[in-house]
Amino acid sequence: MQLRFSAEDEAFRAEVRAWLERQLDGEFRDLRGRGGPGREHEAVDERRAWERALGAAGWIGLGWPAAAGGRGAPLLRQVIFHEEYARARAPGRQGHIGEYLLAPTIAALGTPAQQQRFLPPIARGEQLWCQGYSEPGAGSDLAGVATRAELVGHTWRVTGQKIWTSHAHLADWCFVLCRTSAGARRHEGLSYLLVPMRQDGITVRPIRQLTGTSEFCEVFFDGARTPADHVVGAVGDGWKVAMATLSFERGASTLGQQISFAAELDAIIHAARHNGADRDPQIRQRIADAWIGLRVMRWNALRVLGHGERGELPREALGGKLYWSTWHRRLGELAMEVLGGEAEIIAAAPYALTPLQETFLFSRADTIYAGSSEIQKNIIAARALGLPRGPT
Amino acid sequence: MRFGFTEEQDELRRSVRRILDGAGGVAAARRTMAAGDGHDTVLWRQLARELGLAGLVIPERHGGAGLGWVELVGVMEELGRTLACVPFLSTVGLATATILAAGTEEQQQAILPALARGEVTAALAWLEIGGDPDPAAVTTTARPAPGGHVLLAGKKRFVVDGHSADLLLVVARAPGTSGADGLAVYEVPAGADGVRRHRLPTMDATRALAEVVLADVRVPAASRLGDGGWPAIARALARGRVALAAEQVGGAQRCLDLGVDYAKVRHQFGRPIGSFQAIQHTLAELFVQVESARSAAYYAGWAAAHATADEADEAAAVAAAYCGDAYFHCAAETIQVHGGIGFTWEHDAHLYFKRARASRTLLGTPAFHREDVARRLGLGVADDGADDGAPSTGLGTGPATAPGVA
Repeated sequence: MQLRFSAEDEAFRAEVRAWLERQLDGEFRDLRGRGGPGREHEAVDERRAWERALGAAGWIGLGWPAAAGGRGAPLLRQVIFHEEYARARAPGRQGHIGEYLLAPTIAALGTPAQQQRFLPPIARGEQLWCQGYSEPGAGSDLAGVATRAELVGHTWRVTGQKIWTSHAHLADWCFVLCRTSAGARRHEGLSYLLVPMRQDGITVRPIRQLTGTSEFCEVFFDGARTPADHVVGAVGDGWKVAMATLSFERGASTLGQQISFAAELDAIIHAARHNGADRDPQIRQRIADAWIGLRVMRWNALRVLGHGERGELPREALGGKLYWSTWHRRLGELAMEVLGGEAEIIAAAPYALTPLQETFLFSRADTIYAGSSEIQKNIIAARALGLPRGPT
Repeated sequence: MRFGFTEEQDELRRSVRRILDGAGGVAAARRTMAAGDGHDTVLWRQLARELGLAGLVIPERHGGAGLGWVELVGVMEELGRTLACVPFLSTVGLATATILAAGTEEQQQAILPALARGEVTAALAWLEIGGDPDPAAVTTTARPAPGGHVLLAGKKRFVVDGHSADLLLVVARAPGTSGADGLAVYEVPAGADGVRRHRLPTMDATRALAEVVLADVRVPAASRLGDGGWPAIARALARGRVALAAEQVGGAQRCLDLGVDYAKVRHQFGRPIGSFQAIQHTLAELFVQVESARSAAYYAGWAAAHATADEADEAAAVAAAYCGDAYFHCAAETIQVHGGIGFTWEHDAHLYFKRARASRTLLGTPAFHREDVARRLGLGVADDGADDGAPSTGLGTGPATAPGVA
């Protein structure tokens, strides 16, 4: 058991930290803490420039294989990068969907031509992507997608509606799970298409969330076009490709997020000490419980990291999403209890929230997106515990 | 970065498991329960002497194996899995830890070799009426007596294996002291004049607890272990809590396994109950808790061996709080998953449930450990208005790398 980072890893950490400090004290000095959940409307153009700066410095695609234009950094290094990124309060990413979801999918399952066509602009921070999965009638039951695509000559024509599509209003491209052969069984006849967003056949409508802000969008496809070869994997094999993408969603970025969780918890501790809420033993118990939960979250992450680079994540990693999302939601509730009556007063009319109010309200989404808690439990039951399939 | 065990550590664990399973697993615990003496002496001899577990964490220079808390965590997990009725937690996890933390080099040389050989068992007599783990609750006194002696007087309760241990380590305070001041631990042969002890009848019949009455027991003043006071004892207790946490992980895993296995074979409505989401989701939550408890116990074991004292103590408090809650929850839910059969004496579920309940209070409740954590975070103390230096998670800000990862 060896739970310290090596000197080489620490040197890498120092390199990341120095670069971030230099940028965020210099050219991008106004971007600390900007963007991210609840703040996606902030500094949109400046953050787009930031994406290019990240790309130019080689920080995008850190974990991709060298053949795909990445640095082939092991998971541990990727986590170090995420930790330092969060610690520096570097701006919320716009390019993460392309970098962490689409790129690994194309690197694993795309054609050489697709890899050459799509990976370099993502690595340069020039092309932003969104994920066209959920539909009004297909949320947890993703195989129920009804958006269809038809090959007309050498062009796919896509028709249908996606929803809860993060960053659709910013994205240049969308990977779309859609039905390409009618009458097939649910998981069959689906294809994974790469569709340019800037075209007449696509309409994007932001959704105002309970936070008052808009991170998610509805995307309407009305005969939207994309070339015949912009399909990842075989036509009709899209379910397998879509599931591969989801498996990347449990990757490195979630392992480093405890740094930002810790900053939130620090703010709560700070508030409790100042307003005297910590004189209440029940509040003390709950803050301590949150802190304990965060430490254990970190050790869970170290354990996954310490599993080494042996391909697939270990079985215990299956619980990660359920754990952190549940913990974070409870943290938001605790924040409101600590603030007492003041919890109710927002930062400014009409609906500007304080950071802790953002934690409270946004964390309600944590247990829904990227596989709801109920779906997570189904996955654990099937894959970790080997329980039999339920009635469907 | 490597969180796993070495091949040697895995082999040790496999050896422990082979011996425990060879003894019949939980059936061995049931036999000991029925016999009423609280110990499986045959099993203990195998583990302590043949495998050398008695000296696991004792340095080689004192006749032990020279291993540490990482190895001990693996052993405790196995003991917890089968509810083994052996004085390992008492002798190794608590008493040896106390001697190592508090005793001088000479005292260690005098006491530890016999413990390492498995010839002598020992128990830490610390708690008193009510079982309050706060040091202020210790009322047993150590009064100076003529001839370089000390008279120990008081009543100890909840002494793990205290009815049978050969050696008692008694926590007592100097007359007129209070709080954590004036506390020390004394080495007392169990047969000394004035020691009266008996096993307490307990709801969890798999772990023996004793009451030990000390009626002016006369021991040499030199039997006081070192002069580290309460901090040394607290350090030993932190080690003991790591040991207990690992035992709780082993028990919790067994509860989950029992529930999963049963859910696969028990049919209702024409299908295995494990195919219903109500059962699946319950067991999925247990899975997350068991794995998280394991991370906590393993980390705390690593910290005990390799991290700073503060990190190790903090990790022990976290593991104690988390694993105490997780084990109880898993044991309770496995009864629920089993339905009626889980409510019977015949089924093993209640043995784990009762062990989990008892373990929650043995070395401080989860609430006690959370309060300890709160204190470390600077909560509940007067706010002087100065923010700098206020303790925090240590993860979110600041120049240093995260504690525990640094």
